[in-house]
Amino acid sequence: MSDNIKFLQGNEACVEGALYAGLEFFAGYPITPSTEIAELLAYRLPQRGGRFIQMEDEIASMCAIIGASLTGRKVMTATSGPGFSLMQEALGYAIMAEIPCVIVNVQRGGPSTGIPTHVSQGDVNQARWGTHGDHAVVTLTASNHQDVFAMTVEAFNIAETYRTPVILLFDEVVGHMREQLVVPQEGELALVERLRTAVKAGVDYHPYLPREDGRLPMSDFGGIHRYNVTGLFHDMWGFPSDKPQVVHDLIRHLVDKINNNVNQITKYKSYYLDDAEFILISYGASARSALHLVEYLRPRGERIGLLELQTLWPFPDYLVREKCGHAKYVIVVEMNMGQILQEVRRVMDQPQKVFLANRIDGVFITPMDIRNIMRVVQGKGV
Amino acid sequence: MAIKEYIRERFFPHIWCPGCGHGIVLNSLLRAIEKLGMSKNEIVMVSGIGCSSRISGYVDFHTLHTIHGRALAFATGVKLSRPELNLIVPMGDGDALAIGGNHFIHAARRNIDITAIVMNNRIYGMTGGQYSPLSGYGTMATTAPYTNIDHSFDTVQLAMAAGATFVARTTTYHVQQMTKIFREAVLHEGFSVVEVLSQCPTYFGRKNRLGTAVDMMEQYKNNTTPVGSKAKKENPDLIERGIFVQKELPEYCHEYDKIIERAMQKIT
Repeated sequence: MSDNIKFLQGNEACVEGALYAGLEFFAGYPITPSTEIAELLAYRLPQRGGRFIQMEDEIASMCAIIGASLTGRKVMTATSGPGFSLMQEALGYAIMAEIPCVIVNVQRGGPSTGIPTHVSQGDVNQARWGTHGDHAVVTLTASNHQDVFAMTVEAFNIAETYRTPVILLFDEVVGHMREQLVVPQEGELALVERLRTAVKAGVDYHPYLPREDGRLPMSDFGGIHRYNVTGLFHDMWGFPSDKPQVVHDLIRHLVDKINNNVNQITKYKSYYLDDAEFILISYGASARSALHLVEYLRPRGERIGLLELQTLWPFPDYLVREKCGHAKYVIVVEMNMGQILQEVRRVMDQPQKVFLANRIDGVFITPMDIRNIMRVVQGKGV
Repeated sequence: MAIKEYIRERFFPHIWCPGCGHGIVLNSLLRAIEKLGMSKNEIVMVSGIGCSSRISGYVDFHTLHTIHGRALAFATGVKLSRPELNLIVPMGDGDALAIGGNHFIHAARRNIDITAIVMNNRIYGMTGGQYSPLSGYGTMATTAPYTNIDHSFDTVQLAMAAGATFVARTTTYHVQQMTKIFREAVLHEGFSVVEVLSQCPTYFGRKNRLGTAVDMMEQYKNNTTPVGSKAKKENPDLIERGIFVQKELPEYCHEYDKIIERAMQKIT
């Protein structure tokens, strides 16, 4: 068997993807069901000269990776719901100060301590709006280990391209399930390296003056340019400002740089959508059951398809409208009270044809659960 | 290099009130750095939120003005990532020891090479004079209108107990000593804590009828005594100042370098 074929947990696939992407610094705090990511990186990172630190809590973990990123490193932390809640203030700081970093949330059931060893997808809206204030955010997810790997690499690429934190929203089933991963060869997946300023020493460098294409070349802490980084609204020097024009321009920049690139950021998979009357929209572990049902019903004559979202935020409005507009019924399959359902209803011209198949009891949603909802929607009874 | 070279004049005037002690701290710190002959590119200053934290904006180093209480956690990330850089973390008393108390003791425990400065004015100044964990029992504050019943703790004792390998205290009156202590603290390899008693005439002084800034500084002269002095034995109410701890113990980033060596041996 080839060395690059592995049988492992989703959390391990995430670690493999992060190392492939060039992760150099990880700070974290133990929490179920994400702990394996920290354990493995404590082992693997120093083997390649990288650094791992277990901080005193998740707040400190998030802060430490921001500090490390400013020195020019690719950085990541991993946690679950309660830890993700604690990270929200510093996550907002990374958005405001435009610091590339990757945050993995292997979701468990919430609120509060919730159900730590069971599955949920209840943090979708928290990923979007967990930190205060108007902002844009990027959130990716995946349903199998090959995609966990690819989306982890993508997360680093997006973080560097747009100078933004990227959230990887996995779940307990994908995190702990074991299946095959084929680790891509070096060079097989594109890697985005940090854009650094070409401004020479002694010439004024404006860390927060976007180029024409909206990107901001960085300069590593410890390098030739000294500048200020703050979570306050700031001018092109990075110095605090409360001038209305500065405040307005910065918030527009922070939101536009993500929202104007929704097409580049949107990742998805589609199965049998062209002639589908019935379309399932799903993501993460739930998409596995949705796909299973689609593959089961297709040979039996049901015109059913699946749109698997891999980018949850910014929400791909146009994609959903384009792919699902023609469907007779749309069922959103997720393990929460309908967090993506709301989005799909918002973007569809006929929200009344959008239904929910969900589970909120910590048990993995099955193809039969979805099938039962389908029959109700079809008026066939369960 | 002249002191002025370390300042970002573009960002002046500063926001501190007339009589505030924080400018004196800035002055002493820059004098210490100047005496050490350090280059501006090798210094990273990380601060949190509050009056004290604005110090980072005014100095021409790599500066990171972060969120309330977490400066040491950010600084830990910078330092572990680039151990060759010198980390200086000025904090207020609330910033360092209320909201940031956990990070403070854990940074000390790790003995990571960071110089932590606690600019202790015994009050939350920026929000308008609320009591801090160092205000002390019986003081007045806008959130203690009937007097404060919270007991304070001793920053020096706390830092020592948490494992800091350099611990000192001084005041804005004792500027020569402050510069000397800062030099030692920055040179020290490990976690250094310097508590500076810094007057806030606007809030702490006014609420507690301590007079002008000059009166408050004079009180530092009269209420403090060198570490281990005879005066302290005669009058236990005096606050000791000077260097309390200065010891060599393995520094965190050096220890992690050894981890890297061990990990690399394991794969070869």
